Amino acid sequence: MSVAKLLVRVAEVEKINDLITRFRFVARDGGLLPAFSGGAHVVVEMEDHGTRRMNPYSLSGDPEDRTGYEITVRRDDAGRGGSIYMHRHVSPGMEMVISHPVNLFPLDGRAKKHLFLAGGIGITPFKAMIHQLSHIGAKWELHYATRNPALCAYGDQLKGPVHFYYDDLKSFIPLRDLLARQPLGTHVYCCGPKGMLSWVRATAAELGLPEHSVHFEEFTAPQPGAPFDVELTLTGKTIHVPSHQSLLEAMEANGVDAPYLCRGGACGQCECQVVKAEGQILHRDHWLTDEEKASNSKIMPCVSRFEGRSLAIER
Amino acid sequence: MLDLKPDFGGFFKDETFVGDFTFANSPSAVRRFPFPFDRDQYMYSVNIEPHVPTRPGSVLEHAFDIDEHYVSEMRDRARVLARDPLRCQSLPHMELAGWDLVELIMESLSRDYPQWFTLERSGNDWHWVNKPLGIDQRFTFLDPSTLPYGPMEYITRQMQGDFTLQDERDGNLWVDAGMVTTQADWSLDFDIGMNFFEWHAPVPLAHEKGIFDRALKFLLKLQHGAPVRRFNWTMTVNPLLDTAPETYPEWGPSKTTLTQANLGAKQHLRVELQSLFRLPRSNAIAFSIRAYLGSFQDLVTVPKWGRRLHRVVRDLHPDLAAYKGFLRNRDAMVEWLSKYDDGAPTSPGIWPED
Ligand code: HEM
Ligand code: FES
Repeated sequence: MSVAKLLVRVAEVEKINDLITRFRFVARDGGLLPAFSGGAHVVVEMEDHGTRRMNPYSLSGDPEDRTGYEITVRRDDAGRGGSIYMHRHVSPGMEMVISHPVNLFPLDGRAKKHLFLAGGIGITPFKAMIHQLSHIGAKWELHYATRNPALCAYGDQLKGPVHFYYDDLKSFIPLRDLLARQPLGTHVYCCGPKGMLSWVRATAAELGLPEHSVHFEEFTAPQPGAPFDVELTLTGKTIHVPSHQSLLEAMEANGVDAPYLCRGGACGQCECQVVKAEGQILHRDHWLTDEEKASNSKIMPCVSRFEGRSLAIER
Repeated sequence: MLDLKPDFGGFFKDETFVGDFTFANSPSAVRRFPFPFDRDQYMYSVNIEPHVPTRPGSVLEHAFDIDEHYVSEMRDRARVLARDPLRCQSLPHMELAGWDLVELIMESLSRDYPQWFTLERSGNDWHWVNKPLGIDQRFTFLDPSTLPYGPMEYITRQMQGDFTLQDERDGNLWVDAGMVTTQADWSLDFDIGMNFFEWHAPVPLAHEKGIFDRALKFLLKLQHGAPVRRFNWTMTVNPLLDTAPETYPEWGPSKTTLTQANLGAKQHLRVELQSLFRLPRSNAIAFSIRAYLGSFQDLVTVPKWGRRLHRVVRDLHPDLAAYKGFLRNRDAMVEWLSKYDDGAPTSPGIWPED
């Protein structure tokens, strides 16, 4: 799917602690940015010395503040490099491109109470959610665990029913008791390291909490994927698909007349026969059946990609 | 209360959609009618495309189309709501989505039709002027006590077409709010609280073809700033916007009144331009269903449309004709339309002369 983009400028870079930095973006044209919902993220595009990176970051500011967006980035020295780029190279005044906000971790509006469980940098979506719930006067409670007080980002700004826990001081969220004493209609939200997610998931299941009332932040933001080449047998061209373009977009950029409608893998219009595929087609559509996907006989160029030695399709 | 002081001006028509049925399309409205068939056959498909502005003057020029029927349609909506307030409902958790809709519509209309609508904002203090309906409203955004109705009802009393708001939960969409007074024989009061598969249950053939599975998966990925659209259509006798199950006894019998002499004037193709927008604060999806009515006699003035309408109606799968409620009149329609089909080939696409 062609993703709508926002053109922004970096307005502030603030070091929160040794590992964590806050960035504020404003619209380049000086206008308002779209409002968003607590739990939403944006995908930040980075041109990292020849490598294009697209990393999702939760929005941590007030959803009603349309004058700017805030993200909070933890430096991950072992990661793929996006967070290191943000920390080292992004400075006020720089122009960047971000996606429109996307929410894969939304609040459930029907909840009588929202219980937030944050671990470390997992605080970011909850900061935005707390702003949003405060505007409408809904009930919430935050339990926030970090390694030690020095790494507790925003600890001084979070006001209200907030409880802090520090690993180094051997204080931990009393999860079982906490979940067991929640009123009916409570929704639980957890964002933190993998170990914390599985601990909360297992404890909630043991206590018999309904599955639809326990929510986890799981990033499955669209990743661009590796570049590849494709031979178009009807057109007689071989074209290159860069990492940030879809196969459909690459065909269009090369003047190939390719049909489409939805550009999101649902309508079937763009379907192409595969002539030869030495490697693996990364099917990301909802159109082909599981058998068709497994047989690698067809590809939907608006969303699907390829990894391997060579690909030829009928177009 | 929102009391309308309509200003028909030179553009908006003063007409009725009930009783004496004075509704009519001007010649330019016929030329811009959203004829829904891009080929000579019709079957359900996942016909969803990006809702990008295109073709100045057409119904796709702007995010929301305001046309010559605007003022009279809003008067008709007020009439229907006065009779049956349940045509507008919003479950309590949908209020924020209602404000999102207020913002989307006011921003779009004031941008696209500055001669009719203006919006001034200073923080949450908003000033909205709707000249055609004679409305001048100052209010506080997100404070429902400052508007005469809830936010969704307030703004949809000023918008052509029906609206529903879908909450997204548990990998499904739930129709938890709506303003529905121009519908093709379905009921918000019956459907409210249902999910995507439940409210689509009555539709024939499409479930088996996997159309709703694919459409839902696509919609769950719908992004803010990248709306999509599709067309749907049915048939209506007389230019009646409010064909509701609740009032079927009042309009159903009109289907028995068609003759070859009156069919061209009475029989209308009813086209819905449906657009879907992800809403920013609530993460809900707004569904806009904008209905256009075109009489057969007007549509056949475009030769391509006359030929094509004849072929589509003649060859339509009987289950679809039955579901759309015109099986009993299909033969009469085909007989009438056949006079406008000389068998010549038609060009692909929906536009009159492409
Ligand atoms: C999320 C917003 C949507 C809402 C609220 C909605 C609602 C409805 C309703 C109420 C009906 C009438 C069902 C009845 O007979 O009671 C209907 C029909 C139908 N819908 Fe949807 N719909 C939505 C999206 C879609 C999408 C994205 C598709 C894409 C394929 C679709 C395809 C259809 C079809 C094919 C019919 C049958 C129409 C006919 O033949 O007249 N709908 N829809
Ligand atoms: S364009 Fe719709 S599936 Fe590719």
